[in-house]
Amino acid sequence: MSSIDIAVDAVPSGTAGERLGAPSHRAPSPKRRKSGGFTPYLLLVPGSVVLAAVVGWPLIQLVIISFQQYGRAQVFGAPAPFIGFDNYLKVLSDQQFWNVLLRSFSFCVVNVVVTMALGTLIALLMTALHKFFRTLLSIGLLLAWAMPALTATIVWGWMFDTGYGVINFVLTNWFGLGYHNHSWLINPLSFFLVATIIVVWGAIPFVAFTIYAGLTQVPGEVLEAAQLDGAGTVQRFRLVVFPYLRSIFVVVIILQVIWDLRVFTQIFALQGIGGIREQTSTLGVYIYQTSLAGGEYGIGGAIAVITVIIMMAISLYYVRQSIREEEL
Amino acid sequence: MSARAGSTRKRVISVVLSVTAVIVFSAAVFPVYWMIQTSFQPNNEIQGSIVNFWPENFTLKNYQTVLFDSARSQFIPALRNSLAVTIITVVVSLIFAFLASLAVTRFRFATRKAFILTILIVQMIPGEAMIVSTYRVLDSWNLLNTIGGLSLVYIATVLPFTIWTLRGFVNGVPIDLEEAGMIDGLSRLGAFWRITFPLLAPGLVATGVFGFIQAWNEFLLALVVNSRPAMMTLPVWLRTFQVQSGTTNWAAIMAGSTLMAIPVIVFFLIVQGRMTSGLVAGAVKG
Repeated sequence: MSSIDIAVDAVPSGTAGERLGAPSHRAPSPKRRKSGGFTPYLLLVPGSVVLAAVVGWPLIQLVIISFQQYGRAQVFGAPAPFIGFDNYLKVLSDQQFWNVLLRSFSFCVVNVVVTMALGTLIALLMTALHKFFRTLLSIGLLLAWAMPALTATIVWGWMFDTGYGVINFVLTNWFGLGYHNHSWLINPLSFFLVATIIVVWGAIPFVAFTIYAGLTQVPGEVLEAAQLDGAGTVQRFRLVVFPYLRSIFVVVIILQVIWDLRVFTQIFALQGIGGIREQTSTLGVYIYQTSLAGGEYGIGGAIAVITVIIMMAISLYYVRQSIREEEL
Repeated sequence: MSARAGSTRKRVISVVLSVTAVIVFSAAVFPVYWMIQTSFQPNNEIQGSIVNFWPENFTLKNYQTVLFDSARSQFIPALRNSLAVTIITVVVSLIFAFLASLAVTRFRFATRKAFILTILIVQMIPGEAMIVSTYRVLDSWNLLNTIGGLSLVYIATVLPFTIWTLRGFVNGVPIDLEEAGMIDGLSRLGAFWRITFPLLAPGLVATGVFGFIQAWNEFLLALVVNSRPAMMTLPVWLRTFQVQSGTTNWAAIMAGSTLMAIPVIVFFLIVQGRMTSGLVAGAVKG
């Protein structure tokens, strides 16, 4: 079982695109595949039709609309003239867009770093625990993993509630800090602190389980040999364990980057509980605000196309890796 | 002497690690616990100066409000919509993915690699960038605010992953079994259906649960595509309920959250068992 398989063989949580596992077997030698005439094409028809209709066609529409002047008037039947790159120029010269982009990337970097660090530490912890505590920890992580992103956000929103939230209560009454009636969501920075806690809490289980699975594959003899040669704990991790897990780390980091850049539900729902939209929107929320709430479909389309390009560029490596591992 | 010191040190480390594990466990579980315990408290008691860490006056009233107070909560219609969309998504995507995975694993044809590549790329297209055009395309087909329209979108969302995963499972079923069946008089499609399909049960369960969780939890597309109150799915209902009750009825909101999360947690635990055993098997083989 190659290392990538494990990274891919993880169970889904609420986020779209997370993956769960098939035991991946070696493909039968291509020579045994039959030519089959029309049969394979017939088998592909249902799936291809759905994907073409619901992904392909809208994607084409998206590109077209991004070159059109398309606002509320056009929704009600006015003609939509082509205006070249005007929408793109408008987006790229809008300070708000760059703020959103910077915000999304900063949020993503912070979340990925914190998630990876804590996830790796918890995975290492799991290898060192006795069976009972390891099982206990696994159950806890599983429960967190299984919580739908939206319910999780609403529950955390309640825990951080200004008047009656348990966080303010504990900080005030147990630690004597001045958090009575403290509002966590009004200040953008503290809004993103709460969002980070929610996202990291939900993402750690996937990272921890995946890396733990990888750690169990590092041969014990190699570690013992390194220890005999005088390598300390940190050195052993850096020089022995890490090279074994390199490809797992790469895949997990890429997936985290993609998911954290795409974060929508947590931000959107937190804004509904009490944040200031203009100062807290990330890319996904911004597209939603501009097009569906604001009625600027053309400009929203341009932002969406830019987003797709950014995401695809990041995903490219992941796709290549998947193909290489699987020898189609 | 030094051996003894070493064993004391080992015990101290083991205690520290165990305590850390309990702390991490608590941090992971606490929100789930807090959701459930709040849902069993009277709403006026969670709005006091004292926070209860355990429901002192256990009540089911919040669940009653969420489930049966139809003036305030449209939970039951939303549940019906969610179930319909989820079941359609799971069944249809499994059938379509089974057919497609047979094509790419059992046959040689010109566009085979191109198809697999397309599947992988499609999976990477961010859905939140597509909301505008998905909305407009569904609108042009009169599929907004319908069960069928939302199901169609979800089927397309889960198909790439389901095909890619089932492909691995189909590869695991030896072609010899199908060939033996064909020698015994089955047609090729008959062999797929009577021999391969039943052997895929674990793969179908795993990918089916994945589709279930996706369709059950999905929020953004449901929000955009099925915005009419009668057509809302559970996540959109929950968010609407939360915004409407604002900060005044957290107890009922927690009851709604619990009701929505339970099926996911149950299904999640089902696949997780499989996954762990798969990982262990991999580790032994590795």
